[in-house]
Amino acid sequence: MTASRSTGISLAALVATLLASAASAQTIYVSNEKDNTLSVIDGKSMAVTDTIKVGKRPRGITLSKDGTQLFICASDDHAVQVLDLASKKIVHNLPSGEDPEQFALSPDGKSLFIANEDSNIVTVVDVPTRKVAFQVDVGVEPEGMDVSPDGRWGVNTSETTSMVHWIDMEKRAVVDNTLVGPRPRYAQFTKDGSQLWVSSEIGGTVSVIDTATRQVKKVVDFHIKGVAKDRIQPVGVKLTDDGRYAFVALGPANHVAVVDAKTFEVKDYLLVGRRVWQLALTPDQKTLYTTNGVSGDVSVIDVDGLKVTKSVKVGRYPWGVAVKG
Amino acid sequence: MTTTRLPHLLHSVSLAALGAVLLAGTPGVGAAAQPLPQTVGEIRIGFLSQTPEPPPSVADPAEPAADDGLAGAALAIADNNTTGKFLKQSFVLDSVEVAPDGDAATALRELAGRGDRFVIVDAPGATVEALSKLPEARNLLLLNATAPDDALRGGGCAPNLVHVAPSRAMLADALGQYLVKKRWPRWFLVTGRRPEDKLYADAIRRAAKRFGGQIVAEKDWTAESDVNRTAESEIPVFTQTKAYDVLVVADEVGEFGDYLSYRTADPRPVAGTQGLVPTVWHRTHEQWGAAQLQSRFKASAKRPMTARDHNDWTAVRVVGEAAARARTADPDRLIAFIQSPDFTMSAFRGAPLSLRPWDGQLRQPVLLAADRSLVSVSPQEGFLHPRTELDSLGYDQPETLCKTRGKTTP
Repeated sequence: MTASRSTGISLAALVATLLASAASAQTIYVSNEKDNTLSVIDGKSMAVTDTIKVGKRPRGITLSKDGTQLFICASDDHAVQVLDLASKKIVHNLPSGEDPEQFALSPDGKSLFIANEDSNIVTVVDVPTRKVAFQVDVGVEPEGMDVSPDGRWGVNTSETTSMVHWIDMEKRAVVDNTLVGPRPRYAQFTKDGSQLWVSSEIGGTVSVIDTATRQVKKVVDFHIKGVAKDRIQPVGVKLTDDGRYAFVALGPANHVAVVDAKTFEVKDYLLVGRRVWQLALTPDQKTLYTTNGVSGDVSVIDVDGLKVTKSVKVGRYPWGVAVKG
Repeated sequence: MTTTRLPHLLHSVSLAALGAVLLAGTPGVGAAAQPLPQTVGEIRIGFLSQTPEPPPSVADPAEPAADDGLAGAALAIADNNTTGKFLKQSFVLDSVEVAPDGDAATALRELAGRGDRFVIVDAPGATVEALSKLPEARNLLLLNATAPDDALRGGGCAPNLVHVAPSRAMLADALGQYLVKKRWPRWFLVTGRRPEDKLYADAIRRAAKRFGGQIVAEKDWTAESDVNRTAESEIPVFTQTKAYDVLVVADEVGEFGDYLSYRTADPRPVAGTQGLVPTVWHRTHEQWGAAQLQSRFKASAKRPMTARDHNDWTAVRVVGEAAARARTADPDRLIAFIQSPDFTMSAFRGAPLSLRPWDGQLRQPVLLAADRSLVSVSPQEGFLHPRTELDSLGYDQPETLCKTRGKTTP
């Protein structure tokens, strides 16, 4: 859940589109899980311009709605840190519960849904008051989080339970559960909220769930020539706003799958760095960034051409990625 | 068997209470309202353990924890129940401990009498085999959690018996692939005096043949005395032999293997039952979400998870995962589902686990660990198999000696 969710096209992105340049005045933030740092990449020069020290084991990161702050899951500090992007300083921590790994911001930017991996809980934090609004029990090892565009649903995937838990925001409770493939890692709603896409790392699949019925309507399977089936381990998923593509990071298979989001056919597999984990789209939807944990770099993908154009060396075990337009 | 100690069936209540505490310990709102369609039900799992008497003298004085193994099963029951609450399924563990010379058959009958259709057997291979042949076990599913004997998967196999622990052949193949990949193909095999050591050595010889290793020298360690104080002088003499790359030791109980490292005549690494060890679990393993299981286990058992804990955790999770996937608490349907090609589960080792239909063995990656670090995970890259690379470890379908299990296509 990065800047790709923001609806308005920023002026910078518009200029970039007009000049037909890959990116301009964009900044890419990458959390380095084993360095306790963030790498800051300039979207124009594609160079790392800064490295910011943050809390222990930073994983999920996401921008505030106004784009001035970055929320960081500092898992081993059991905190969500708030980084002021202008001063590059941690301004405060949010209460997060134990071992936060991933989170999602509600469409109004006020509620942060945090998966607490070690305690089988989702913590919902009220961002303005920095207080825990409520907690809900979910399955074993909660991980993926998203909030539906209309703000009605918070969803969480639990890895060992292999379910999507549907949290009704009004009732503040889990009201439905959808069983998916083993070890679900990541969840993302389509822009219109009608579908939820969920990756299953050990199942090797992506489940497309109909939001209205909470039933799985399609399971997307992956086959790469010369790669053993059990090395295809889907993790990060990103859907383009126009409903054209779903990009799926396939972990140790070192490829990103390009799925036609309408027909659910896999169109292509793009070779990226080793153990590709999370993805982020630029606000103009022209560029996709991937974090590659084992090779310690970020791959840059041109969305129109479906080509990998560059790789940028970052810190050790890059995990989360967010783009500021 | 001369004396018979009555098994004490006292764990089930305390475990259920522990599960309740674990569940109640998490704050927040309970789930449910419109749950998934399912069969409401309770699934009882028996846990029969028998720990052989340790030999009077072993190199490592650290004794295993009293709840070694059982703590893994208890955590898995809590995990199953966390998932089960969304499916209206509940899991209960009935635990019974049999003395080293005790009567395991009576214990199994008691578990069966309680309605346990799944029984985790954490016991030596001879006990596992005897239990699988009992008439009372015919409609149970026994899950062999710890016995590595290949004979149990071969001639001694049974339709009501599946194997969660990897076999010695799988362990040896996991090590053999790594040594060959490292281009350390010349092995000096040192075998202990116990029958299980001979079996481990057989598995190492088989691995050498399969992957292009060579046993360039072999010696048996026959000393019955404790070499603790004399190792520094004895082992350099004992290990003088032809040129070799790695000393592979077969000493399952740990009588002498730990004394070999740093004392060999030539400066060579030690691997096998000591040194670089093939195992299902290691406290430094953190990939593929393993860090989460390690910390959950540490929080509940107040100690690191051992390989035995992990085997028992996996065995209980096999039943839980099947119940969630098949959405039933019906034991007959679960027993069939676990052994079907549709069954797979995750166990934090990077590849899905599933059962080999020809011998009931759980396919799984095997870790290679030194005392304080994880070194590698097998199967190694390049050891190919048309079905899954996991089947490059252990007895493949064409080689199996098992005749009483269905040879359906996997």
